[in-house]
This record gives sequence, structure tokens and C-alpha cells, in this order.
Amino acid sequence: MEAALGLFIRSIFVENLALAFFLGMCTFLAVSKRIETALGLGAAVVVVMIITVPVNNLLLGFLLEPGALAWAGLPDVDMSFLGLIIYIGVIAAMVQVLEMVLDRYFPALYHALGIFLPLITVNCAILGASLFMVERDYGFGESVVFGLGGGVGWALAIIALAGIREKLKYSDVPDGLQGLGITFITVGLMSLGFMAFSGIQL
Amino acid sequence: METSPRRVMLDPLVDNNPVTLQVLGVCSALAVTTNLLNAFIMSLALTAVCACSNGAVSMIRRHTPGSIRIIVQMTIIASLVIVVDELLKAYAYETSRTLSVFVGLIITNCIVLGRAEAFASQNPVGLSVLDGIGNGLGYSLVLLLVGAVRELFGSGSLLGVEILPLTTNGGWYLSNGMLLLPPSAFFIIGLLIWAVRTWKTAQVEPADHQIHAVHRQEVM
Repeated sequence: MEAALGLFIRSIFVENLALAFFLGMCTFLAVSKRIETALGLGAAVVVVMIITVPVNNLLLGFLLEPGALAWAGLPDVDMSFLGLIIYIGVIAAMVQVLEMVLDRYFPALYHALGIFLPLITVNCAILGASLFMVERDYGFGESVVFGLGGGVGWALAIIALAGIREKLKYSDVPDGLQGLGITFITVGLMSLGFMAFSGIQL
Repeated sequence: METSPRRVMLDPLVDNNPVTLQVLGVCSALAVTTNLLNAFIMSLALTAVCACSNGAVSMIRRHTPGSIRIIVQMTIIASLVIVVDELLKAYAYETSRTLSVFVGLIITNCIVLGRAEAFASQNPVGLSVLDGIGNGLGYSLVLLLVGAVRELFGSGSLLGVEILPLTTNGGWYLSNGMLLLPPSAFFIIGLLIWAVRTWKTAQVEPADHQIHAVHRQEVM
């Protein structure tokens, strides 16, 4: 339990996917002009991540790893080279399924998320989380925690950035720095702030 | 829009750069630039994937039903990235370790999918390959610049060769460790965008909220 809590806190603050690993930057910079949209996207990312990371973990354990096919009587088969294509397939499929389920049972949430749901397929934070899960050898339980923590961390970062940008539009920025330029500098400063967590041992 | 091969290839370098203007593929541009070698290998990998995927997508553009084209493009890109990943693991294992997940993340690099969707699905093969190479080069240009700045001032060397002798080795240059940390990448790209837009003023974004300029005379 303590280890899980540690991993959770670490994936939100210390190893924030957006600010320490630069994942999901494209959407992070493009969809952070208003707090409401940032909230919607953040929620969608959390939901998708908490599903895809554990699912990919199961696929890795029962299909891809060397020796994983032992249950099918093929102990020597190593399918790990197929990893990337399977992970992205799972993510695309999950997003599609989630879209249909939300549309059927939670239409309000579906309309709130709108265009962001399909966009999540190409959000590198999602694929990145799955790849980190593979690289760091997380077990099933850990991957659930990591999926949740990573998603929450990303959502937190984009909501914070949207808040800053809403205030920022009233400030007098040099012409060339207007828009994208100043956003980069802002994210840099936020990332610097989050580095303060990096000394924390959990 | 002009589509002469020369324009298609050279446009993305400065005028329509994927990173500084279109905000595509920023994730890896920031993460792999702590030294020049990584930046170089990453640029090479992305340019190759982008050119090949554009070519392949363009080749089957007449046979792909519109409703499943994204999945088809994703599959093509993912297969190409697997090839690149395996090649790197075979011939440059150390680099592939340091690039870690970012090679795999070429799949979700918006430049590749963006160009496949926006250009290759409507244009002939030759032009599409050139467009892929052009955009790859535009991305590489930013990556190499940022990589060079970070390595030169962060660890006093370029491509591992010492340029500014460090104080730790009896030289005069005290390295700036900040440049090896994540935030510096954001600052460098932010400043780069500022520089490019001061040069090419057409790229400046209009302000969301115009601040009324109060002239001195009015106040007095």
C-alpha cells in the first residue's frame, strides 16, 4: 500500500509526464487557452490512461513478452517486437469503445468531452505512459496506479497552464513572443517549479 | 498553394516550420536534445519515418476508404517506427537506451500523422516524399539547434568533443547544469520562436486582448 501511494505521488509530482518528460506537448500547448476545455481534456486523459496502461500491461504479460505465450504451448516465442503496434492499436480501440459507451450511457459527459476524445489517440502522454510501464517492468497493480497518477499529473499540469494563460492574455507581451513563444517560457517556469519536487524520496 | 517540388521541400525549413509555427512534434524536440548526438539520431529517424510514411500513404491514397484512413496511416507509421526501433537496437544500442521511449513515440509525433493526413493523402508520391523530407528537415533544424546550445553550454562539448574546457578538467568554463534539465528546453525553444518571429514578422500571432496604448500626451 505504501509503495503504491509512493508511486502515485511520484507519478503526479516528481515525474510529471508533461513537465518532466515533455509528453503530450502538442495538445498541452494547443488546448490550454481556457480552463473549461483544459478540464475536459484532462478528465478524458485520466480516464483513457487508467484503462489503457493496465490493459497494455496484461497484453504484455500474456502475449508479447518472451515466454509469455507459454499458456498456448509456445514457450519459445518472443513477440516483443510487435509491442508498439499493439499498444497504439489498444489505445485507438479503447478510445473508440469509450466514445461509444459514453455516448450511450453518459451523453452529458460525451458532449462535454466532444472533439478531445478522438484526439487523445495521438496524445503521446498516453502511449508514453504505456511505454514507461514496459520499460520499468511495472506489475499489474503498479500499472493501474501509474496510469491513474500519470493521468492526474498531466491533467493538473494542463489545468494550471490554462489558468496562467487566461491571466496572461491581459499582459503586454513583446510581438514576436505573443502566443506560442510566451507559452513555452511559461511552461518552462512551471517545469522549473515542479523540479522542486525532484529531491523528494518516496 | 504553390506545389513546385522546391517549395514543397524548402517551405517547412523556416517559413512554415513544423515545430516553431505549427506546434507539432514538440514532445521529442524537447526531450532528446540534451546532447547533439541524440538530437541528430532522432532527427534522422524522424525524417526517414516521415518520408517513408508519406510515400506509402500517398501510394495507396486512392484505395483507402476515407472512414478508416487514420487507422491505416497509424498502422503504416507504427510498422515503420518498429523497423527504426529494431535498427537502432541492433546498430546503436547505447543511443537507443538513452532515447528510451522517445523512438516509440515517433508514432504519435503529430508531424508524421499530420503530414500523412494533410499532404500525402491528396498528393502524388514524389511530392509527398519530398514533403516528408522537408518537414523532417524543418524538425531536424530545430532539434539540432537546441541540441547544440544545450550540449555546448551545458557540458562544454559538441558531439562529445570538448570545445569549452571545463573547470573540472582544469579549464576556464564553468558548465551551466541548468541547460541539461528539462526547463531549459522550453526556454530555448521559446526564445527561438521569438527570434524567428522577429525575423519573419508574418508569423506573429495577434494578441487575444488588445491593451489600449496610453500615450504620454493623453496622460499629461
